[in-house]
Amino acid sequence: MALKINHNLVNEEIAKTLVDICPFKAIEYHNNKLSINAGCKNCKICVKKGPAGVIELVKEEIKTINKNEWKNIVVYADIEENKVHPVTYELIGKARELAQVINHEVHVLAIGYNLNQTVDKILHYGVDKVFTYDHEKLKHFDVERYTNVFEDFINKNKPSSILFGATHIGRSLAPRIAARFKTGLTADCTALEMKENTDLVQIRPAFGGNIMAQIVNSNHRPQFCTARYKVFDAPEKTINPTGEIINCPVKDKWLKTRVEILEIINKKKEEDISESEIIIAIGRGVKSKEDFNLVFELADLLNASIGCTRPVAEAGLLNSKHQIGLSGKTVKPKLIITLGVSGAIQFTSGMKDAECIIAVNNDPAAQIFDIAHFAVFGDIYEIVPELIKNIKEEKSNV
Amino acid sequence: MNIIVCIKQVPGTSNVKVDPVTGVLIRDGVQSKMNPYDLYALETGLQLKEKSNGKVTVISMGPPAALAVLKEAIYMGADEGILISDRKFGGADVLATAYTISQAINTIDDVDLILTGKQTTDGDTGQVGPETAEFLNLPHFGYVTNVEIKNDKLQFISNLETKVMKANITLPCLLCIEGEINTPRLPSYKRKVKFGSCENQIKIMSFEDMKDQNENNYGLKGSATQVEKIFQPKKTTDRLVLQGTKEQMAKDLLNILRERKFI
Ligand SMILES: Cc1cc2nc3c(=O)[nH]c(=O)nc-3n(C[C@H](O)[C@H](O)[C@@H](O)COP(=O)(O)OP(=O)(O)OC[C@H]3O[C@@H](n4cnc5c(N)ncnc54)[C@H](O)[C@@H]3O)c2cc1C
Ligand SMILES: Cc1cc2nc3c(=O)[nH]c(=O)nc-3n(C[C@H](O)[C@H](O)[C@H](O)COP(=O)(O)OP(=O)(O)OC[C@H]3O[C@@H](n4cnc5c(N)ncnc54)[C@H](O)[C@@H]3O)c2cc1C
Repeated sequence: MALKINHNLVNEEIAKTLVDICPFKAIEYHNNKLSINAGCKNCKICVKKGPAGVIELVKEEIKTINKNEWKNIVVYADIEENKVHPVTYELIGKARELAQVINHEVHVLAIGYNLNQTVDKILHYGVDKVFTYDHEKLKHFDVERYTNVFEDFINKNKPSSILFGATHIGRSLAPRIAARFKTGLTADCTALEMKENTDLVQIRPAFGGNIMAQIVNSNHRPQFCTARYKVFDAPEKTINPTGEIINCPVKDKWLKTRVEILEIINKKKEEDISESEIIIAIGRGVKSKEDFNLVFELADLLNASIGCTRPVAEAGLLNSKHQIGLSGKTVKPKLIITLGVSGAIQFTSGMKDAECIIAVNNDPAAQIFDIAHFAVFGDIYEIVPELIKNIKEEKSNV
Repeated sequence: MNIIVCIKQVPGTSNVKVDPVTGVLIRDGVQSKMNPYDLYALETGLQLKEKSNGKVTVISMGPPAALAVLKEAIYMGADEGILISDRKFGGADVLATAYTISQAINTIDDVDLILTGKQTTDGDTGQVGPETAEFLNLPHFGYVTNVEIKNDKLQFISNLETKVMKANITLPCLLCIEGEINTPRLPSYKRKVKFGSCENQIKIMSFEDMKDQNENNYGLKGSATQVEKIFQPKKTTDRLVLQGTKEQMAKDLLNILRERKFI
């Protein structure tokens, strides 16, 4: 679809209306000539809301593809040193839902070295086939080598959709292959749906999460997308997997690379609370240093970092690098649990953008409850031990 | 070293809204700015230029107004700028954007290094860099926090989720630079006075300047993805109060944590 200006219908007044109507300032009027510049986002508002018939939508020939030639949904197994990133299982769960709609199979592509045990693990999540490319030179992720291998896989199997975890591997590999096949890629999807014609409906945030976009890739195959960890659900493990393993040969000519790894240092656990996904913030309601151990125990169970209010840091109970707020750190975790924090504006200004705020305070009038998503009216000395007990039970059941 | 830095003009705020009737983005009337992540890539490029006695060319694909970010980059220290702008390039997704940028880079001789930012604050995909590298048949690496020149190679450090990697990469190559790794310099007043409108520093490239003259590879036609609709995410501002016995509250909390996958 393209926009066409019918210049014979344009006069100064109409031109002005159109210039004003465009939210992207993409319509210009110079020397009595109306034109559309490169700012055009094809929102078509000029066609729909502008003076009738002046800007028209003209259909263009688009080459269509035979969607039946492209079959099955592939999950790329995110493997590093034979550890499977759990996002892989979550994607398998989603892929199975999507495949059901169109009666496709779910396949997994695993690239690496000495993959046997790794592949066994994957099979337990209920996939139809696992394709492996196993070679010493594929031990570490190398984007050039992996892209070549992936190309072979796509050429031989013609999958309809391919899902990647939005890890550093997926974010590097998916765009390279998408570009090699000149097809679309949707980044960081938070929801996926399948149409009966095998088009994958991809929903993703943009503008830092302020906007959601629904995206399709209906004239190209394969359809590529990435999704972050902890967005979808992993399926239950099956005890007797029925999937098939297909070992694919690796050709030497795929293994050239221009990157040479010199050193890999494993990171220590994150210290900076502004990077943490889960934070437990301690306020003056937690009375003494001894009581902190209770909070630390909860933090361990949730894999959380510890934050605090200013009085707690000032009393020397915690290092000031844990302090959240106006004169401390600004944090935006997925979850923050505040314990005995009153919620002064100087504190909340540093954490109010957290995705989920759980506040525990025994004063129902505490200010912190104004911004909390979950307001727990209760005593931390009662609730925290009880919660710890519950989480421990939950974990031992898995 | 001949360095290219890719920069994009983005809205001044990402706090945009969707018009509920038309489904179109409403821009606050706020001004545009250089994608903040590109400042770190530019600063990295300028430092490498100083060390290697090289040259920095900034390129941006966008509407004519994107000239502003190229000028800003030149005031900061870039030598030249290229604005890739043509109505035929409009409506490009990552595929078409990366292809067009790669076509523009193909017209430049002896490129050693291409730098991009980590992501933008509008489209926010972080994929233009790797796709551009693929179209240019160059190696690339992301999450780069440090670059040093080692003879005919570059040594870089990449900050991955669970590890830090040090590696060599051959030239020419493309690196996607992490955010907040340096302190980008401010535009210099002297350079602003000296270069003014940057007429001699910035050139505009349109469709006619590209080697590939097939219109179907550019802009909306060259794009694979189609945005079917945009909408505002539902916000859960509703507050849920938990009260009762400690057992009940702890159980409710456990459910909340489980539902939201925190345990
Ligand atoms: C709401 C929304 C969602 C979108 N979702 C997708 C999607 O899922 N898939 C898709 O293919 N397209 C998508 N697009 C389109 C896409 O965002 C842009 O059109 C594309 O041109 C640039 O992608 P980006 O902003 O994500 O850049 P990123 O890939 O995030 O940018 C990375 C780096 O590439 C360089 N760069 C990027 N753009 C330019 C440029 N124009 N000029 C010079 N350098 C540049 C910069 O150095 C930048 O730091 C979406 C657009 C919107 C508005
Ligand atoms: C210029 C300036 C800058 C500041 N910067 C910061 C900053 O960066 N960060 C910051 O945090 N503060 C800052 N402050 C201080 C801020 O105004 C508050 O004084 C501080 O945040 C309060 O800390 P608190 O919530 O831990 O303590 P309190 O206000 O004393 O609150 C303790 C809360 O615990 C509850 N409680 C007590 N016992 C229990 C129990 N058993 N169970 C459950 N709840 C219980 C109480 O009901 C109370 O609400 C700043 C102040 C100024 C003037």
